[in-house]
Amino acid sequence: MVEAIEETGGEPTRTLWSRIRTVVWFLAIVGLMAILYEAYKAMWEATDGTIPLLGIDWLVRGNDITMPHTWSIIDSLFEEVQRGRNEILLVDLLKASLFTLREALAGFVIGASFGFGLGVLFVRFPLAERSFMPYVVASQTVPILAIAPIVVIWGRRFGVSQWMAVAIIAAYLTFFPVVINTLRGLRSPQATATELMRSYGASHREVLVKLQIPAAVPYIFTALKVSATASVIGAIIGELPAGFPDGLGRKLLVFSQRFASGPEKLYGTVLVASAAGFLFVSLVGAVERRLIPGTRRVAS
Amino acid sequence: MSSGAPAVAAAGVGKVFVGDSSVEALQGIDLTIQQNDFIALIGPSGCGKSTLLRLVGDLLAPTSGSLAVNGKTPNEARLAREYGMVFQKATLLEWRTVLKNIELPLEVMDFDKEEREPRAREMLDLVQLSDFGDSYPWQLSGGMQQRVAIARALAFKPSILLMDEPFGALDEMTRERMQLELLEIWDRTDTTVIFVTHSIPEAVFLATHVVVMSPRPGRITDVIDVDLPRPRGFETRESPRFYEKLTEVREALRRAEPEPDRQ
Repeated sequence: MVEAIEETGGEPTRTLWSRIRTVVWFLAIVGLMAILYEAYKAMWEATDGTIPLLGIDWLVRGNDITMPHTWSIIDSLFEEVQRGRNEILLVDLLKASLFTLREALAGFVIGASFGFGLGVLFVRFPLAERSFMPYVVASQTVPILAIAPIVVIWGRRFGVSQWMAVAIIAAYLTFFPVVINTLRGLRSPQATATELMRSYGASHREVLVKLQIPAAVPYIFTALKVSATASVIGAIIGELPAGFPDGLGRKLLVFSQRFASGPEKLYGTVLVASAAGFLFVSLVGAVERRLIPGTRRVAS
Repeated sequence: MSSGAPAVAAAGVGKVFVGDSSVEALQGIDLTIQQNDFIALIGPSGCGKSTLLRLVGDLLAPTSGSLAVNGKTPNEARLAREYGMVFQKATLLEWRTVLKNIELPLEVMDFDKEEREPRAREMLDLVQLSDFGDSYPWQLSGGMQQRVAIARALAFKPSILLMDEPFGALDEMTRERMQLELLEIWDRTDTTVIFVTHSIPEAVFLATHVVVMSPRPGRITDVIDVDLPRPRGFETRESPRFYEKLTEVREALRRAEPEPDRQ
């Protein structure tokens, strides 16, 4: 449908070397954060939890319950989930991530399509925008924690599968950035470009397909990257009222209840969950680089 | 000269922009443009020359008066695809190659697929960019982009070319070369050109008639025939007749100025 896309020619500036550099930087920053984390712990212990001279407690306690050592977090990922069950926590969490990512992906596709459709509708009919936009905005001010159980319960009523209900909750968080950026993108062509199409006697559909949508593609991808993370969060939150035992949501719930006895597991789960979100965003970014040709780069 | 009708016939045309404070952009425009004329619209900012161009091109509707293009209403003429437009900004679609940009109007106008590319290539030859069909707009200089815009405007052989300060953003040297090229194209294509400009030498060098306009409200104060010999070239700009015409237009512009600007 979008014809922005034909001959891309890839992205010559992204050489192998620059990719390696990106990865090295990423790892360096992760390492730096781990060092800062451990340094804070060490400082907390050295000062007995009180800021010297002021006599006030440090903001966060650095003991092993509140802030377990980075290496014990890593260790916990490789311990057995339960004694006797021959499975380490990491594998268990990766399975849970896969489960949650599937819901997130379904929600992402539903939400992005809905958001794009709404954006197109709003640009075509300004009255629709004026009528519905306030509700679109309002929908995002309602806490998702309150919406999620309602969707699940209504889903049960109307025979929608629980799985789909969770995907819809993910879609609920996904569509908003897409609506906003689709609108901006569809309106981004210069006035003269629209006049030009008009002078050709182009129909609304032709203006949309040949001018507005291709112009909107970069804007939409910006939104999709935001939406990708939001859909993972939506799926995790949706799993709680749905009572799914297999996803990241339940893991987070269980490990936060057992925080006092084993905080490392919660930290480990948080790490894996954010890695899952990161992976999703990276995938969207990779698609973006393939689809958007070199034309939007600065002239050399 | 296909039909006997003039390219443009305007009688008592006025345009009021209604808003918080209504602005009378044009008042009582009477103007007849013959087929194959090259008309330059010149005047200070706010004299409504771009508005007049947009009225002719059916991008705006007049508030009063009557306007006919090739014997039709502007709307009929637009739907019959009789207008090619070129703006100050080239307005090329950045995701399309040069060739695909020129094919854009042909796609919209449902030209046969096989016909589009040869036609676009022919236009590229016309503006001397034959080797750049597969380039993207950002790879071209401003002057080259503007030549692509002209090629795109001519691709479907419109009978009227509407140009809104098309060379306004170009440097002086490029500008003079583009003016020469435009005259050659005009010579070869049987097109009527309406050309909005701020530049007196540009208007005199290009036009068969210079239409002088004045602001508040926008109106036509003079029409000056430029009977310099053709083909015009670099020596035209150095001829005494050219200077006489420059002076004539400059004095017409000064007469048109209602009072010295207070700002």
